Amino acid sequence: MLSVKNLHKEYENQPLLRGVSFDVHQGETICLLGRSGSGKSTILRIIAGIEVPDSGDVYCDNQNLKDIPVHKRKFGFMFQDYALFPHKNVFENIAFGLKMQNLPVDLVDEKVNSVLTKVNMQEFRHRRVADLSGGEQQRVALARALAPEPRLLMLDEPLGALDRNLREQLMDELRLLLHESNIPAIYVTHDQEEAFTIGDRLALLNEGIIIQNASPEDVYKTPKNAWVAKFIGLSNLLEGVIQSTQPLIVKTRIGDFSINTKLPQNAKLGDSIMLLLRPDALSMTDSNLNQFQAQVLDDIFLGNQWRVKLRMSDLEFSFLVDEPISIGSIIKISIDPNQINLLQDEK
Amino acid sequence: MNQRLKYIRMAPAILLWSLPFAFLLVFYFQPLLANFRMAWQATTSEVLASISLKVITQPLFFTIWQAILSTLLTIIVGFPPAYLLAKYRFVGKSFIRLLTTIPFIMPTVVVAAGFNALLGPKGWFNLLLQTFFSLDKPPIQIINTLGAILLAHVFYNSTVFIRVVGGAWSQLDPKIEFAARTLGASPLRVWQKITFPLLKPALLSAILLIFLFNFTSFAVILLLGGPKFSTLEVEIYIQALHMLNLPVAGLLSAIQLLFTLVLTILYTRLIKTKTITLTPRDPEEVAKPIKGWKQRSFLVGTMSYLIILFVAPLFSLVLRSFLLTDFSRNLDGSTGNRFSLVYYQELFLNRRESLFYVPPIDAILNSLYFGLITVGIALFLGFLAANVISSRSRWGKLLDPILMLPLGTSAVSLGLGFILVFNTPPLDVRSFPLLVPIAHSLVAMPFVVRILQPVIASVPRGLKYSAMVLGASPWRTFWQVEFPILFRAIISAALFAFTISLGEFGATTFLARPEQPTIPIAIYRYLSQPGGLNYGQAMAMSTILMIVCALSIILIERLKLPNIKEF
Repeated sequence: MLSVKNLHKEYENQPLLRGVSFDVHQGETICLLGRSGSGKSTILRIIAGIEVPDSGDVYCDNQNLKDIPVHKRKFGFMFQDYALFPHKNVFENIAFGLKMQNLPVDLVDEKVNSVLTKVNMQEFRHRRVADLSGGEQQRVALARALAPEPRLLMLDEPLGALDRNLREQLMDELRLLLHESNIPAIYVTHDQEEAFTIGDRLALLNEGIIIQNASPEDVYKTPKNAWVAKFIGLSNLLEGVIQSTQPLIVKTRIGDFSINTKLPQNAKLGDSIMLLLRPDALSMTDSNLNQFQAQVLDDIFLGNQWRVKLRMSDLEFSFLVDEPISIGSIIKISIDPNQINLLQDEK
Repeated sequence: MNQRLKYIRMAPAILLWSLPFAFLLVFYFQPLLANFRMAWQATTSEVLASISLKVITQPLFFTIWQAILSTLLTIIVGFPPAYLLAKYRFVGKSFIRLLTTIPFIMPTVVVAAGFNALLGPKGWFNLLLQTFFSLDKPPIQIINTLGAILLAHVFYNSTVFIRVVGGAWSQLDPKIEFAARTLGASPLRVWQKITFPLLKPALLSAILLIFLFNFTSFAVILLLGGPKFSTLEVEIYIQALHMLNLPVAGLLSAIQLLFTLVLTILYTRLIKTKTITLTPRDPEEVAKPIKGWKQRSFLVGTMSYLIILFVAPLFSLVLRSFLLTDFSRNLDGSTGNRFSLVYYQELFLNRRESLFYVPPIDAILNSLYFGLITVGIALFLGFLAANVISSRSRWGKLLDPILMLPLGTSAVSLGLGFILVFNTPPLDVRSFPLLVPIAHSLVAMPFVVRILQPVIASVPRGLKYSAMVLGASPWRTFWQVEFPILFRAIISAALFAFTISLGEFGATTFLARPEQPTIPIAIYRYLSQPGGLNYGQAMAMSTILMIVCALSIILIERLKLPNIKEF
């Protein structure tokens, strides 16, 4: 439906986007995930037509949008701080896009009401937007973007300005709304939890390119590289050198690891490589494989599991375990060879 | 008993706080009331029957007419730079900003002299054309026309427009406009539905303010319009000082005051309703770099006319003050124009033996003397007033709008009121020397308060309290805690008061005794007398005044206080 091809953009002589390409399909929500300043919002602005790329194109239904002005693209855009019109009330804000289409008054009225119902804001119709709370403003902004039934919806950190509780509540609502509306959406965020909740697909942006573009499950199970792993909160990373490929053994500072998962393409004997020990990799049962000594630094109760922080050699790792472990003790552990990912270096 | 003790303890504070009120009552309301009383007498006595109504209607209509024209022209001239400064980043932006502060405190007399030096019959441009094409008469005849008046008004007020509207525009989150665009609004409709409605309060207040300034314009009309044009201000001056017809002057003044009062009230109302809550903006999107030939030529075009408008008259002034013309024939027989310091040297000589003639240097000394006293009065009372306002008490809420009234009040009316009220010793215009700086202080005080008040309000109370808890007396608390924080603001306010005093013309024409002129009065006298030497001395004196004011502006800008954008 929407196709972004090889976007390049410099900002104050610094490359910001260095060849960004991705597609958005009908009915799909894609999350653009990256640190702040990584150029996520710029991509949205380019798609919307507010900014012009140095090179690269955006296609919508196979039509190049290059010469189509912002107001004729029929895309919805929701800004981080909502950009509600301060001189108009809730109704007028939402009706704005419909009025721009010169729809008859009663139809505008009907559509505004229906979208207000969708976001649960019927009784706020005539409020001034300045009198709304952050969460209410967010809903109005979403309603305003949805009302004209855009071909594509873009959301730029839509929950960024809200406190945590509200964010979690609205996250679920937003997810439902996006799936119900069937409008393809690009959702920009720096928060991986948000991205995992909302996105049908994640596109991870770092240093001007998309590092990985896959379903949340794939990203979680097989992060493309160490940066992705770290970014989505998998931080048990360890450098190593491939000692043998069959069986697969990697030498690290802690010791040798036997590994049962796939070697990345192009990796060969003697290459340096990153090990990702997954949170569930720890087992206390005696096993001959991957046995190490560790000092328990901390043990945190999470509800149904404990998160244990361990020191091995001079490195710290954290794992999820089902039983409490006493802090300070030195224990023997083993790492499940199926729960180790091999990742290419960040480069 | 306790209650009584409390009042006794508070007595010094109450006394101090009441000083600004008392000052305004005696030196502002009393004179203005006298004008109204005089006007009332005029309507009830024979005076009105003896004069033609034209004395009143003609200046009134002309005042309104020129104010409307000037305001319209100002909007046209001010719009492009306001947009440019709000929306784009470019090399020289801070220079343009500085440029737009020049007219703010450039005395009217200096500006009038500047336009005279540029386009007047003895201006360098005419001299150049005359020499070049061997003409007998100066080809450009703009002085003493409506054109000259409009030009000077545009010079003054386009900066008001640029600052007020440009300031509001730069506060406008561009995302709001983007949002409208993505919702299907064309650029034109974004302007109609979003940008214009959001800018409207700022536009209206700028227009009102500009109209008010044009309405009360005095020196520009007197010096550049010549005898043909008379606004209410000029007519008050003529009736009071030339015709000695105080009742008619009072009547004109009452009309003038009523108009300005309405305009001032409208303006303050607008300022209050202006606030629309805006979310914090991403600075990178607010001002964009200039791109493409269209934007670049827009930039170059706008910058050029701004520079010409603001710099040319002032530059001409300097140029003309060094350019020796026909005067040289009298001295050494040589003809033609050459550069010389003669006009400056002449400032220090007393050539004429006339009793009423005052050497120019005396005017400069008078101005400095009045200026320093003004700084003293305005700072002292302004500081007290700012404290009263910062206290957020009932008195503060009352004083705040009252204090702003002198801003919109015509200086000529104030001068007239002084003459009417203070005519018995010791408070006599003819003998009491402090009336000139007192009038200047009235004009300067709103500015002083506007500069000091936000800074005073920003001093955390805890700071004062902790100093007191640590054992500092109120006096030491002030000097060691508050004063260092306020220092920059105080300097800024002092400079403002000083430059205002140096340039004040309207009230001074009424109050300065003939043998004790200030610099602007002396410049006016020189300009209204024939001869190359007089003209040259006017230029030299204006140049000096201009440089002093320019230095103040630069210093104030350096002190970087959020001051003159809004008042």
